[in-house]
Amino acid sequence: MPLIALAGNPNVGKSTLFNALTGMKQHTGNWPGKTVALAQGVCRYQGREYRLVDLPGAYSLVSRSPEEEVAEAFLLDGTADCTVAVCDATCLERSLMLALQIMELTERTVVCVNLIDEAERAGVHVDIPALERQLGVPVVAACALREHGKDALMERVRAVCDGFLPVQPKRCGCGIRGENDEASDAIAAQFVLRAQEIAEKCVRRKEGRRTSPTEKLDRVLLRGWSGYAVLLLLLLGVFWLTIEGANYPSMGLQWCFDRLGDSLRRGAAVLRLPAPVTGALLDGVYATAARVVAVMLPPMAIFFPLFTLLEDFGYLPRVAFLMDDRFRRAGACGKQSLTLCMGLGCNAAGVTGCRIIDSRRERLIAVLTNAFVPCNGRFPALIFLISLHFSHGSALLGAGILTLCMLLSVGMTLAASKLLSRTALRGEPSSFVLELPPYRRPRVGQVLARSLRDRTLFVLGRAVAVAAPAGLLIWLLANLAPHGTPLLQSAAALLDAPGRLLGMSGAVLLAFLLGSPANELVLPILMMILTSGSLFGAESTAAMSHILGEAGWTWRQSLCTIVFFLFHWPCTTTLLTAYRETKSKKWTLLAAVLPTAFGCVLCAAIHLILRLFS
Amino acid sequence: MRTTLDQLREGDCARITALRLRGAMRRRLLDFGMIGGTRVRCLRKSPAGDPVIYMVRGTMLAIRRQDSRRIAVEVTPCR
Repeated sequence: MPLIALAGNPNVGKSTLFNALTGMKQHTGNWPGKTVALAQGVCRYQGREYRLVDLPGAYSLVSRSPEEEVAEAFLLDGTADCTVAVCDATCLERSLMLALQIMELTERTVVCVNLIDEAERAGVHVDIPALERQLGVPVVAACALREHGKDALMERVRAVCDGFLPVQPKRCGCGIRGENDEASDAIAAQFVLRAQEIAEKCVRRKEGRRTSPTEKLDRVLLRGWSGYAVLLLLLLGVFWLTIEGANYPSMGLQWCFDRLGDSLRRGAAVLRLPAPVTGALLDGVYATAARVVAVMLPPMAIFFPLFTLLEDFGYLPRVAFLMDDRFRRAGACGKQSLTLCMGLGCNAAGVTGCRIIDSRRERLIAVLTNAFVPCNGRFPALIFLISLHFSHGSALLGAGILTLCMLLSVGMTLAASKLLSRTALRGEPSSFVLELPPYRRPRVGQVLARSLRDRTLFVLGRAVAVAAPAGLLIWLLANLAPHGTPLLQSAAALLDAPGRLLGMSGAVLLAFLLGSPANELVLPILMMILTSGSLFGAESTAAMSHILGEAGWTWRQSLCTIVFFLFHWPCTTTLLTAYRETKSKKWTLLAAVLPTAFGCVLCAAIHLILRLFS
Repeated sequence: MRTTLDQLREGDCARITALRLRGAMRRRLLDFGMIGGTRVRCLRKSPAGDPVIYMVRGTMLAIRRQDSRRIAVEVTPCR
């Protein structure tokens, strides 16, 4: 099967083209440097199959960032039968600099000028035949989003692979780097000037430059107070939609799981299963898994697509731009606000996303502080605790308080980053160039459908892999009583002193410890501890409030628990990811200790202050 | 008028005369096509004044002051 490599700058619609060609719905992002792992797919064209590899977006092949190293190594390897250099018609000149480097390294190149419709709308016309003459390789215009030009591209790729379309790339033959820095600079300048020369010959711009929509939007979104206000309002809006929208589907799911649980119980009675088996399977495994699905799925299914829409729109790099000043003062990289945003979805994803940060020191800071922002697994518990004592049943007030929590999280992230860059990771903030892509209309339908499917699979997978075994373990702990008291209760009693010191209780601390595999388990575990394991995962918000009321729960405990929810050790998945990314036990340990230390200090301080004033 | 990139006001245009940077940042700027003679336009300062967005060869790039003050430019009229 011929192997085709897709290469191009970040954000030129390369992944969209890949999806259009392979039909494989791989996630594509509208921020620079998103694709890190190599995505592969198969494209059928005229009865033949082609293997496609989506190389990470790169600005140049003279490697520095891990993504660019991957791209260069792959192209130098010469395994690809044909390389498609994907260019952006709206800024052809810059894309050509990379295309020229690709032509320098590989024998068979086809240039694909993508986003051709967007360019026409902006009054930019690209002369394809002229470009073909200048480059000496086949050039195809395409609009991957509408799947235009797909067949024309594959036709050229087929012909080039088979050798029927001879390719004579016009290259300098000087390679892409020199023996020393000076020579490399000279070569780089040569490519830049050649790209400029070609663009001058092949690109025509309509006179009378109007203000582009991107510039108009940026005037509001990036300007002083309005910029910050929009950022805050967007955050608030996303939370409000998540809280308000997740309510009913959650209740519906819970109702379905309850009915199914009743049926299973009746079935178990008919089969005359022994009580411990029924208990372990239904009250432990089933109830915990069902609860995780019911509580987790709706907020995730709402939050993720909203977020992906903002990403698709091109807003996220603007967040990095607005926040860069704060992060620079903390000795960190502005792109950390992007990984922080990813962490809101899932901390493990946020930690992986830290690869977009070039400097090792700043990448480590971002990895170590990612768990300072609450992930989706912590949202339902936070929302419940906020509604218990603080928001008085108003979703908007709840969203407001959640936004405050988020600001606290961001503040602590900055404080922790600053602490790290003053101590363990000393150093000056490194250089930083951030590309701000033009705004693009997000693909609403596609994003919603894909997000819903991905999230459902993710939550279901986690329910089976993490929640079900954890449910079994907790049921056993709640029901094994070697000395008369169940293990769960003895452990809670043991932890009571430190728990009280932090303004919570032994039961809460134990729930946090046992909930380490997944944060969404903490609340169900707490319920099990407080009811001595007699209550099963399937309970409503009202029932949970009742149980907490019985246990003498106060708003102070809610407050301290909320703070501890925000700042404690990351879940095991995140820690494993941090280990994979840093390859160091020391840094992984610090990733767990750092947020925990912040949480302990904050909780103890709140507890102390509240006691002084009461 | 000769100055450095960070001194430009919003809307000013200039031509790069020299990059007084080394290592990774120099490479990064070369990747974006910033070489001697390249035209840049100062588009927008962030609310805090740093970083600043420049238009370089049709791309919007945000650059921090610590780097832009090492890029020598000559102010030119905008095209």
